[in-house]
Amino acid sequence: MCLAIPVKVVELLEAEQALVDVGGVRKEVDVSLVDGVAEGDYVILHVGFAINRLDETEAQRTLAMLREMGVEPGAAA
Amino acid sequence: MKYVDEFRDGKVARNLARTIAAEVQPERRYHLMEFCGGHTHAISRYGLRDLLPPEVRFIHGPGCPVCVLPVGRIDSAIELARDHGAILCSYGDPLRVPASGRMSLLRAKAEGADIRMVYSSADALKIARENPDREVVFFAIGFETTTPPTAVALRQARAEGLKNFSVFVNHVLTPSAIQNILESPEVRELGTVPLDGFIGPSHVSTIIGSRPYEFFAEEFQKPVVIAGFEPLDVLQSVLMLVRQLNEGRAEVENQFSRAVTREGNLKAQALVAEIFELRDRFEWRGLGEVPYSALRIRDAYRDFDAEVRFELPYRSVPDHKACECGAILRGLKQPQECKVFGTVCTPDNPLGSCMVSAEGACAAYYTYGQFTKITAVAEAS
Amino acid sequence: MSANPKTVKRGYIRPLDLKHGKVEMAHGGGGRAMAQLIDELFQLAFDNPWLRQANDQALLTRPEGRIVMATDSHVVAPLFFRGGDIGSLSVHGTINDVATSGARPLWLSAGFILEEGFPLADLKRIVDSMAAAAKAAGVPIVTGDTKVVERGKGDGVFINTTGVGVVPDGIEISGDRARPGDRILVSGFLGDHGVAIMSLRENLSFSTSIQSDSAALHELIAAMIAAAPGIHCLRDPTRGGLAATLNEIARQSGVGMTIREDDIPVREEVDAACELLGLDPLYVANEGKVVAVCPPESAERLLAAMRAHPLGQDAAIIGEVVADEHAFVQMQTSFGGRRNVDWISGEQLPRIC
Repeated sequence: MCLAIPVKVVELLEAEQALVDVGGVRKEVDVSLVDGVAEGDYVILHVGFAINRLDETEAQRTLAMLREMGVEPGAAA
Repeated sequence: MKYVDEFRDGKVARNLARTIAAEVQPERRYHLMEFCGGHTHAISRYGLRDLLPPEVRFIHGPGCPVCVLPVGRIDSAIELARDHGAILCSYGDPLRVPASGRMSLLRAKAEGADIRMVYSSADALKIARENPDREVVFFAIGFETTTPPTAVALRQARAEGLKNFSVFVNHVLTPSAIQNILESPEVRELGTVPLDGFIGPSHVSTIIGSRPYEFFAEEFQKPVVIAGFEPLDVLQSVLMLVRQLNEGRAEVENQFSRAVTREGNLKAQALVAEIFELRDRFEWRGLGEVPYSALRIRDAYRDFDAEVRFELPYRSVPDHKACECGAILRGLKQPQECKVFGTVCTPDNPLGSCMVSAEGACAAYYTYGQFTKITAVAEAS
Repeated sequence: MSANPKTVKRGYIRPLDLKHGKVEMAHGGGGRAMAQLIDELFQLAFDNPWLRQANDQALLTRPEGRIVMATDSHVVAPLFFRGGDIGSLSVHGTINDVATSGARPLWLSAGFILEEGFPLADLKRIVDSMAAAAKAAGVPIVTGDTKVVERGKGDGVFINTTGVGVVPDGIEISGDRARPGDRILVSGFLGDHGVAIMSLRENLSFSTSIQSDSAALHELIAAMIAAAPGIHCLRDPTRGGLAATLNEIARQSGVGMTIREDDIPVREEVDAACELLGLDPLYVANEGKVVAVCPPESAERLLAAMRAHPLGQDAAIIGEVVADEHAFVQMQTSFGGRRNVDWISGEQLPRIC
């Protein structure tokens, strides 16, 4: 459920709005639900609202784990 | 890091799939319920089933707000626009959902009701400001993810003193639905629905956090892995569940740690608590009346409650007799076991709600080709 | 036009106010106002020998070969968008429908349904754009019609265009000729038009530099046929996108198709806009792309010819025709799985879940 996508905050605007970018597409969204949003942050966007911030360190950790969990072909003997 | 492409790498996926195949125990089956339609959609769209060993079985859960919306609620939305002359603002999803008497919001619109599709609750507010002499109702649906944006609109409407704006609230709660499934006789006593673990909601969990699932892991001894919606997220979560089951663990693990914490988004939670309170009960399509499973507007905001303003009575309407959405939403049946699947009921002409939303189990099966395999198998035998 | 100064003075009509004027019911009423609109706007813009005859029909000389005819009504909101407008679109759309039969388009007709109150300045902009598109394509608009409907009963302007063309002998292109083993090609990036339009819809508003791909494809198609005269099918994937076009051909030919997600050209921005709205680029409209199905031996030659033309430089071979009595279109996902690519269900609606 809940179609939501990661977008990058490129500019903070007045009244808790922000301009976000996803693959070159830009849209004005509401950031009032997330504390302390800063330019450069990645947030999850749902129905025109940022609902949470993404944590890069955690994302890197997940990716590292993903690679580690995968068996390279030929490695399993 | 863009948080998207990195989690769609086909090569990593194939490696991960090999690990899963190597770790499943051939004598056992892993029945994993993906609660969210978003996961159902990802599984179908990326063809994940092709990558997984047959020991892993997916059971599609009720986590699609369109699919669980009962007919009576759509009827009320139509009534608001048609009989009360309101401008009804709706997200795109519910527009095609079948209502009573072969009606739907789209058909009501074609017959002259003023129904407008919006992308956001903020758009509905804008329409209210631009039409001060008309009643404007926002048809709010969705789980915990979609509730905070509705709350923001309500707070804003009160701050502006908008007199012509109200909200028809249909926000429902994920944990209550999971509990309802786990407590159902089919799962608990009869064991007719094998259910070994949950792929937990991602975006809902960004708001409510991972803590609410701890109860299920403990009380029902079912492992839960909160999973992101990208295909690699789903595969990794499957592996995490397989490992828990192999090791006899039943814990809440968080695969989607880049966005989900144990506590969730406290600011959003506080706002929701300020404006909404629990309903004693709410009817879900497929699950029936589920206690404390939905929200309504608190008294402080009752001026903005469309159910109060228009004195909307709730009339429960039974689903179409042949429709198996109820059983499918509870994991009792697979879409292709429904007699009308792909014949009378298709995405172009949906009979039941599971065929409407792109993430309904039936629509996902139909659109993304599980249907193909069924046909092929039927012929081979 | 050759009137002497005296009669001009007596019959003097104030010229149309193309800056501030509005369409009035009289502009479709058959009287002087309508004649004036035709003379001062349509005639001037579309100018050619047939229109200059000022008859109710165009007298055309029968060409050699089989005649092809296609018609298309254009309703688009908004009327003006990045990369085109309803005027150029109405010329390109019909030229493409004629050209995908393998025909050389020869003539167009244009029927306008105007809404009372529509600004004449906008109408002039649309007509000029149509005229420019027709001229650039070398396909004259030889006859036309104008009607005016009351305010509130139209959406500014609707345009119907009909095109006539001629197919040389020996060219057999049809949606029912796809055969197992054939290759499937597209001429470039998919979804640009649909995304350009959607970005302007009031309640979706997002900004993007994507422009509509609206273009007349007959020259590209002529180059394709010259390189690979044995092409089996050609079709422009407009409404319903690539998915609808492939399903149409699969059904008409009684074959299945397998396409590869990795090979389908979609711009990053189009992909992103679709993610934002919960849409699938395979279902989004195009107005300047062609899908071709050809025997395997001529596929590389055809691809090279497409890439040599400016409108086909991003062309790609995206899949194969396979034997399948169910006529399913399937896709190998980038991820390594397989999925069905079905017809679109109703209108694609932006979704939240």
